[in-house]
Amino acid sequence: MLQLTRRGALLGLTSAFALGRASLALAAAATEQRFIVVILRGALDGMSAVVPHGDPALAELRGELVPDGLLDLGGFYGLHPSLANLHAMYQAGELLPVHAVAGPTRVRSHFEAQDCLESGADHRMTSGWLNRAVAAMPAAASGRPEGDALAIGVSVPLLLRGSATVGNWAPHGVISPSPDLYTQIAALNQADKITGPAIAEGLRERGFTGAVLADDSEQPAGNRYAFPALARAAGEMLRAADGPRIAAAEIGGWDTHVAQVPRLTRVLKDLDAGLAALKDGLGPAWQQTAVLVMTEFGRTARINGTKGTDHGTATVAFVLGGAVAGGRVAADWPGLGSGKLLENRDLQPTRDLRAVAKGLLAQHLGLGAEALATVFPDSARVQPMAGLIRT
Amino acid sequence: MELRTAQALIRFGLGRRGSEPLPADPARWLLEQLQQPDPAHLDPQPSTATAAAAFLADRANKPKPEESQVRALFRSDVKAELENALTTPAPFRERLVWFWTNHFTVSVRGGIAAGACAYIEEAIRPHVTGRFEDMLLAVMHHPTMLFYLNNVGSVGPDSIAGRDGKRGLNENLARECLELHTVSPAAGYTQADVTNFAKILTGWSVAIRGEPPGFQFHPRAHEPGEQVLMAHTFPAGEEGGLAALHFLANHPSTHRFLATKLVRYFVADDPPDMAVRRMEGVLRDSGGNLAAAAEALVTLDVAWEPASKLRTPQDFVIAALRALDLPDEELATVPLQAILAGQGQAFQAAPQPNGWPDRANDWAAPEAMMRRIDWAYAVSGRVGTRDVAELAAANLGPLLRDDTLQAVRRAGSRRDAMTLLFSAPEFQRR
Repeated sequence: MLQLTRRGALLGLTSAFALGRASLALAAAATEQRFIVVILRGALDGMSAVVPHGDPALAELRGELVPDGLLDLGGFYGLHPSLANLHAMYQAGELLPVHAVAGPTRVRSHFEAQDCLESGADHRMTSGWLNRAVAAMPAAASGRPEGDALAIGVSVPLLLRGSATVGNWAPHGVISPSPDLYTQIAALNQADKITGPAIAEGLRERGFTGAVLADDSEQPAGNRYAFPALARAAGEMLRAADGPRIAAAEIGGWDTHVAQVPRLTRVLKDLDAGLAALKDGLGPAWQQTAVLVMTEFGRTARINGTKGTDHGTATVAFVLGGAVAGGRVAADWPGLGSGKLLENRDLQPTRDLRAVAKGLLAQHLGLGAEALATVFPDSARVQPMAGLIRT
Repeated sequence: MELRTAQALIRFGLGRRGSEPLPADPARWLLEQLQQPDPAHLDPQPSTATAAAAFLADRANKPKPEESQVRALFRSDVKAELENALTTPAPFRERLVWFWTNHFTVSVRGGIAAGACAYIEEAIRPHVTGRFEDMLLAVMHHPTMLFYLNNVGSVGPDSIAGRDGKRGLNENLARECLELHTVSPAAGYTQADVTNFAKILTGWSVAIRGEPPGFQFHPRAHEPGEQVLMAHTFPAGEEGGLAALHFLANHPSTHRFLATKLVRYFVADDPPDMAVRRMEGVLRDSGGNLAAAAEALVTLDVAWEPASKLRTPQDFVIAALRALDLPDEELATVPLQAILAGQGQAFQAAPQPNGWPDRANDWAAPEAMMRRIDWAYAVSGRVGTRDVAELAAANLGPLLRDDTLQAVRRAGSRRDAMTLLFSAPEFQRR
């Protein structure tokens, strides 16, 4: 039997699909503004996505890594040709690439750097900065029973873990037990401190999103279209009047040590299609939306021995959305010439990613200085970046 | 069933298979598995030779995905691995294979599907009761790892092959070996150490058309000259790499790191200090003897305290299928890898080189728990005419709680009863 509630139908969940490399988490909050963070796991080569082709040292350092057919970003920079949808947003004044940024730490370990990026601190914390931002906002006014938060994706990233309740949703499609059996299972687990709350919350989310699909789908992982599909679903949920307002998504496949040109093209196309699907899903709510796309660090300025790049430092971040003051590249460009690289290998960071995040939380979600100090502890010297949001 | 018997089957093993005979002395049963040869008999036996043949055939024929030999080989290899886990009479040994395979993660997400299981059979399984240093050497020489972490094309900048400047260093394997496989960041190595270790490992490559195909050291790609790694100087040549791995395998930071991971895996998400120190001492005093380490785990009192670990999806699915103990012809129809993928833990498909996480919080997201329940319901359709209350008692012994047993007894159907058992909190634990 096929049951679709209003929200299920809204999401167009007519078939189940595998998550592959991407997953997504959402949180509700008392605001009309939408805020989405996309984590690119594995370290995006910023100088391939937003290419500083006006820097005279670029060609010698990178050779064949520099793509042909760049989409112009005002002369000095060019956007990777796979990012056509982002370029259209740039031309519409909705895309703001921020270059030569880096997270809170100077480590070249993916795992340590991702943890710090999501913690919003120079050490690993047990909660993420986006969760603390949700906690710092006034209580949710959504139409949901508990009025707090919802998550999408099989797991919740560290970025959204913490004291603010974050639900959890992912497309699913197996034959499900009857409501009565679910109730008995919840009762058996009620007293268990790990499975009890998780099952209670999972059931609540199923009631909320409601798509119980009779579809025998034991599908393998690895659907590379998963990110666009999830992004569209996220957009549609965030668009709803009683839907969540905060979301986090992640997409892997950026660790391009070898044969970077074809590998990066694939994942950039996925990202580009996903961000366009997100905009599409949001519909008119796009005008109240800001998206931050960030990665744990950049990659070496020089091409390595296997037509790829190794772990580096500074990279690019994207701020986009109808609310964003875009149509330009924000950067204090450090240069690539002799003596300008960090440790003679990496793009020198000239801006802390926390400045970008703080600017968005302040200007887009209205968080004050005190709240920002809780969200990003021990970061008083990192001032919020100005001028990110249209006024 | 005694509590210790249940713990031996569930914590150290992979869950009781049907109503298989119970060991009379649980600790002795575990220790005997370490002393006796691995009974694994995989059909087909994954190997680098078949992996290389499939890889080369695909490269020559450029087949459609559904005709890919690599894909077919990966499917049959994974099926053989998982069916072995479902039927092995030495489940403690198999759990050690799982642990070390995850410690030295390779993943199909890095394009190494052809050799993903050959790697387990050639680099991991033969060494789980051997020396850590030998396992490390086998891993670092294995084609699957050399491809996965990109060392095959890494060329010393001042080597003969690198002098024209067209090819050069790739530091991926060197970095992950330090960070994930041996000393860990706690050892305080620097970027210069990573770069130098990458230079030490230049030339460690693969002869995919060799007879047999396998590791090959390319002197022409090897960076000349001595290299300093963590304040120790290593000579140029292949022996420099061997000496560096000997140094890393026996480093105190490596012992500490391995002890912590083992205790987290076998005792608790937050490893108790005393247990970690004990394991660290055993690894140090035995020269990294992994059989001695596994024995020491069995003799740790805290490792026998029940229910401290949440089963991962792989643990959960394998334990449920062992409990059901389906006849061979029915088991053949169970899409094992697709089930694991649906549960978020496809075999040999970890997202990143640090492998699958090992804490309850990483696996207990609401949607993840819902998927367990939904799959439990799906697989419980295979319950047949089994008496579920009996099966519950046989599977969990004294760990089975009264309210679970009552719910099972009151359930409206065998399928519902089985779903309740598999969804009960005590079945989610190991």
